[in-house]
Amino acid sequence: MHVCQRCVSLLLSRPLSAALQQSTRALHQRSRLTLLQHSTRHTLSQRHSRQTWRHFTDHQAASPDVYNKIDLAQKEVVPLNSDVHRIDLDAAVHPSPLQEISEEEAVQIQVPSALPPESSTLRPYVDKSETLSKLVQLGVNLWKLEQRPNVGSMLVRLDFHADVAPRLLFLKDLGVEESKLGQLLTKNPFILTESLDNLEARVSYLKSKKFSKQSVAAMVSKAPYLLNFSVERLDNRLGFFQKQLGLSAEKTRDVVTRLPKLLCGSLEPIKENLKVCELEFGFRGNEMQHIVTTVPKVLIANKRKLTQIFHFVHNTMDVPHSLIAKFPQVLNAKFLRIQERHLFLEYLGHAQYQPSQPNYVSLDRLVFLPDDVFCSEVALATLEDFERFQKTL
Amino acid sequence: MTTQAVRLFRKMDGLFAVYKPHGVHWKHVRDGVESSLLKALNSCPPPAPQLAVRFQLLSAGENSSSKDLVLSPSMVPTLADHPLVTGPQFHKVHVGVGHRLDAFSSGVLVLGVGKGNGVLEHLCKSHVTRDYTLKGEFGKATDNFTDTGRVLEKTTYDHVTLDKLERVLAMIQGANQKALITYSQVDLRTQEAYELAVRGLLYPHGKSPPILTGLRCIHFSPPHFTLEVQCVNETQKYLRKLIHEVGLELRTSAVCSGVRRTRDGPFKVENTLTRQHWTADSIIQAIAHFSKTTRKIRKSGMFKQTAGQLNSSAQVQEQTRSQTEQINQEHVELSSSCGQRDTCDTE
Repeated sequence: MHVCQRCVSLLLSRPLSAALQQSTRALHQRSRLTLLQHSTRHTLSQRHSRQTWRHFTDHQAASPDVYNKIDLAQKEVVPLNSDVHRIDLDAAVHPSPLQEISEEEAVQIQVPSALPPESSTLRPYVDKSETLSKLVQLGVNLWKLEQRPNVGSMLVRLDFHADVAPRLLFLKDLGVEESKLGQLLTKNPFILTESLDNLEARVSYLKSKKFSKQSVAAMVSKAPYLLNFSVERLDNRLGFFQKQLGLSAEKTRDVVTRLPKLLCGSLEPIKENLKVCELEFGFRGNEMQHIVTTVPKVLIANKRKLTQIFHFVHNTMDVPHSLIAKFPQVLNAKFLRIQERHLFLEYLGHAQYQPSQPNYVSLDRLVFLPDDVFCSEVALATLEDFERFQKTL
Repeated sequence: MTTQAVRLFRKMDGLFAVYKPHGVHWKHVRDGVESSLLKALNSCPPPAPQLAVRFQLLSAGENSSSKDLVLSPSMVPTLADHPLVTGPQFHKVHVGVGHRLDAFSSGVLVLGVGKGNGVLEHLCKSHVTRDYTLKGEFGKATDNFTDTGRVLEKTTYDHVTLDKLERVLAMIQGANQKALITYSQVDLRTQEAYELAVRGLLYPHGKSPPILTGLRCIHFSPPHFTLEVQCVNETQKYLRKLIHEVGLELRTSAVCSGVRRTRDGPFKVENTLTRQHWTADSIIQAIAHFSKTTRKIRKSGMFKQTAGQLNSSAQVQEQTRSQTEQINQEHVELSSSCGQRDTCDTE
């Protein structure tokens, strides 16, 4: 991240908070220009020359507002012409720095800001910028955001009262908890640059699709990028899920509320996953519906890992499709965990996955239980035995 | 004033061993260990933030009667030192890997943290052998010598018996012993060379192909069989090819269904950490457990370096062999008992 010069100048020239001394505030308001806007040649010459601060402030006052780059050339001409002392280094009019000066002159001294014009972190600017300090107090992880390109400059450029506060109030009205706001902004800082009309239009669209207020708030907290997508895109995706999965409107709403990431990402991997489940695994329509409503993550899971788990569970553990559809949590688990636990049960002779047989072990218990509970209740062995067995695999 | 995080970081220096599961790339193991160490380090409380003088509008106080807000100075922690602005305290922990294991194999993987990475180098250059358990299956041949590869041919194996297998293994062991003598650059007709061979201290110097110093069959029930191997300079692919060649010698074909490293120098499988224990506390405990071995390896490595500078080859070899003897002492005895335990497990 590289906070550019223009952003820093914007930061400096903005009226700073009332925490500053009133005298310096007057100075800042009087002379909006800083060192940055001059060309390097002039800056150096003005710094290194033996002029007093008085001359410096005169020049500052002479130059107009500087956001317009075109003015820069004209401004450069002005100091050059009126600046005769600059070239004459042997001029006798050089007051010593230890000389006493009057109060008015002292007030006119402008202290150049210690803020660096460019920086790769936001650390130098946090204390001086109201936006950044309020964001840190909210819990936004500025360090993570400054790693992303251009986000740091964007944040420094924001005005708290004009940009940030209205959107935070909007999110609060939506029902997002204050503790979650920091995480939300860390994941998606671009919600602060999205126009309020668009945000409100998207929320009203979701409410028109009969999502309750709490579910909309939960969806926005879980998928921070949700409100950055246009209404057409959200509509397209909701339609796709309802049609493709063949679910009722309420069940679609439920699935989307639990996994709002479905509305954010692209549809191609989801279509591929559905094809894999249907053709390669051989699940029927109603089994697919049950799997998706129980574990929606199957839709965005990694295809290769999903295939690996299914292949192991179906072919090595000999579990039929109906049982896998009944316990789809097994498709969401880590492959190594399933493999080690199954081999341990097989070694002990407790690997029975048919409900009709004695010593039946259900798939969700195989996967869901923590290690010690699994060892004591399901495998009927100690944790040390399990670890020793793991070392023989 | 050291913080808690720095004190924890200073404990992370040394070698330890991890049990790499089957099917996982060694890089993922190394990255997992590094991220769990970083997690523990960054969860320690950050150092106290710097204070700075700030002028804030506060109420005037009891002294003045007016209710005006007055600018008054106070010491306030700077936000620039807030952890959300500075980021985590630690970004990287140097975790190095000793002899690597490919994704198909499992077993002992030696990792070094911090200053232990230098000792890892000495371990790799030192004269330590590695112990493997190879599971084979007669009846088919595949393109990558494993049972998950593409099958190229299928054969019968009824004619294979245990003593035929033992004969083939003896032949392979003989060839390897010859190679060991050749590459160890000793003249076997001398008395010193004989004594070294008796003590088992012959070791290939310089570049050499993989050499098996020990080979035996610990389990045989056709089509499955298990071999135990001690070797030097090997790769896991070579060991799978060995199984294939055993099959060829027996006039059938064989594939390898498992390669498991049970020992890497002085690091044995009993003291390795399984996946649940890849956390900072267990790792620091394991480092403390292996600290004596680490010190021995470092000393032998440093000796070899200085001896190399002195440049008297015969003396160097003699001294290095005595050092290696000390390190190898423990596991030369235990390898046989290790094999017996394996047999019990598989049966």
